[in-house]
Amino acid sequence: MKEKINPLRKYIRNGKLPHFFCPGCGCGQILSYFLRAVDELQLDFKKIVTIGGVGCTARIPIYLNTDSLHGVHGRTLAWATGIKTYQPDLKVVIFAGDGDLLSIGGNHFLHAARRNLDVTVILVNNFNFAMTGGQVAPTTLLDSITMTTPFGSKEKPFDISKLAICAGATYVARWNTTKPTQTIKSIKKALQHEGFSLVEILSQCPTNFGRYALKTGDTQKVLEWIEEKSITRKKADKLSEDELKNKFILGEFTNKKQPVFQGTSLFREGGNRNL
Amino acid sequence: MNENLKNKNKRVNSGIHFMLGNYAVVEGALAAGCDYFAGYPITPANEISELISKRLPEVGGIFVQGEDELFSIYSIISASLAGAKAMTATASAGFNYMQEGIEYASAVEAPCVIVDVQRCRGENFATQADVMQMRWGAAGDYESIVLAPSSAQELFDFTILAFNLAEEFRNPVIVMSETTIALMRERVEIPEKESIEIYKRIYTSLTPEQYLPFKAKNNSPPEFAPMGKGYHTLYTLNYHNEDGTIDWNDKGYEKLYQRITGKISENRDKICKTESYFLEDADSVIIAYGSEVRPALDVVEMARNDGKKIGLLKLITVWPVHENLIKDIARNVGRIFVVEMNMGKYAKEIERVCLPFCPVNYITKNKGIIHTKEEIYKAIKEDLS
Repeated sequence: MKEKINPLRKYIRNGKLPHFFCPGCGCGQILSYFLRAVDELQLDFKKIVTIGGVGCTARIPIYLNTDSLHGVHGRTLAWATGIKTYQPDLKVVIFAGDGDLLSIGGNHFLHAARRNLDVTVILVNNFNFAMTGGQVAPTTLLDSITMTTPFGSKEKPFDISKLAICAGATYVARWNTTKPTQTIKSIKKALQHEGFSLVEILSQCPTNFGRYALKTGDTQKVLEWIEEKSITRKKADKLSEDELKNKFILGEFTNKKQPVFQGTSLFREGGNRNL
Repeated sequence: MNENLKNKNKRVNSGIHFMLGNYAVVEGALAAGCDYFAGYPITPANEISELISKRLPEVGGIFVQGEDELFSIYSIISASLAGAKAMTATASAGFNYMQEGIEYASAVEAPCVIVDVQRCRGENFATQADVMQMRWGAAGDYESIVLAPSSAQELFDFTILAFNLAEEFRNPVIVMSETTIALMRERVEIPEKESIEIYKRIYTSLTPEQYLPFKAKNNSPPEFAPMGKGYHTLYTLNYHNEDGTIDWNDKGYEKLYQRITGKISENRDKICKTESYFLEDADSVIIAYGSEVRPALDVVEMARNDGKKIGLLKLITVWPVHENLIKDIARNVGRIFVVEMNMGKYAKEIERVCLPFCPVNYITKNKGIIHTKEEIYKAIKEDLS
């Protein structure tokens, strides 16, 4: 009998599975959502460059059969700029956690969005620094217990999607891992979008965020916590600011066409590289 | 802007110019084939960004003014991995931030050129105080190639050399500039395009199925594969196997870093360049690098006029250290003087190489001004008497 092979397996670097993510982690799901989006769009995989910094999410590219950069904390968008401006025919996709993208990489994030760099950022927001053992992150909710906030966090978190829109991102959507259909649809749109696209995916980290902040290592319970706090944009529009406190609004927030970044100083319309 | 630019859309601005040192860096970069530059404003390096923001786009290159120096270093590395000849320029305070990227560039063997116009803390006075940072600034095991120009002409020449060495060894190369020469106008002769030697990294002739991105001969860089052609190379800071993938392996790690450091340290005699003045019969030798070579040369002339047998070794390559040559000199002379504009840093390195053959005297000055020839000569005469 012929062995059945997952149709997405062809996108995986030879011999690189199983992955290193914890049982119950959302990163495996997100890897699969991305590949399904790529497969449905029939993108030329050779022309995709994937980038990961440091963290759990940042490891997604090491499993992909693409040209990839990995292993430095927070500099994904600086890398993306060098590649995309020099070789505009490549499609650059970043996989980043909330700490990588918004804590150490916050400044690069703001400026890449401002410039409308043509890049797709898949942000996995699991509300904590997971790989280092569950410390407070810029996305951790107020009063949450983490390894470095034993009495509850006293910092207000970022709303990353909102921040991206303010900074100038031209495609922004947010979903959670319990919504594969919507997430894949948004990843497809982001991959086809010309300009800075962000898909923020709220994801479960049972090992660290679950155990410390929610007092449960049970994946289902962590997912239920995320799902309880999630609300669609349509429903959110009818609620007051007070009622929306500590809620995660899901949906597509912006999708507009604007000139993409090709360099700070352009001698030719359409980019210096197009000789 | 460069008022002497005659062929403004050409890469090689051939001719004789009266040119600012910082502009000579730009002309050197363009002549070497630079096609990606990222920078962040900082004095006294600004004229490099300013001129290249005009010159580079005109010849089809990319100029980006980033949000900080971390952006500069990482974007030149990634552009290089995408095939660019990439450069950034900064000054001491900005060079601090770039150490992080130098670690990554060394690990993934990305050719790139970094110009550091050294300055005193927060002020634009002359110094050579970053000379050890150029070598040891980043975390982890690596080797640096650092070139020290002493004039506007050498800023042009050594920038080309820096690109060639970066491409040949797939390693970051640092042009150690200084306020003294960066902000000085001098005669710069730019040769015809055909007479400039350009080295390009070796691209693999293997197919993606055959290619292993980090497989290389001992003490050599690996062959390079283009991006977007199905070679699916993983460039990671982490330990990587010959196929680029991450799997910790103690023996593999040891071997990888033996090769990454060995490709520089074991090719030292090929990489290192010096110039010698009156060494044949010298009984004392001055060793100097960068702009300190200028007063040191005058001192040799003064000493010879006084009948003193003093010679000069000018270091073009500051790192790696030209150990064999310097040891040979130490065996044959009675005294070595190291002249530098800091508290005495590279002198310690020379001492490491020269002891026990010959004592090393430090002639240092760290007050934002280059040595005068009289100061150096006075110090030498006191030491020799």
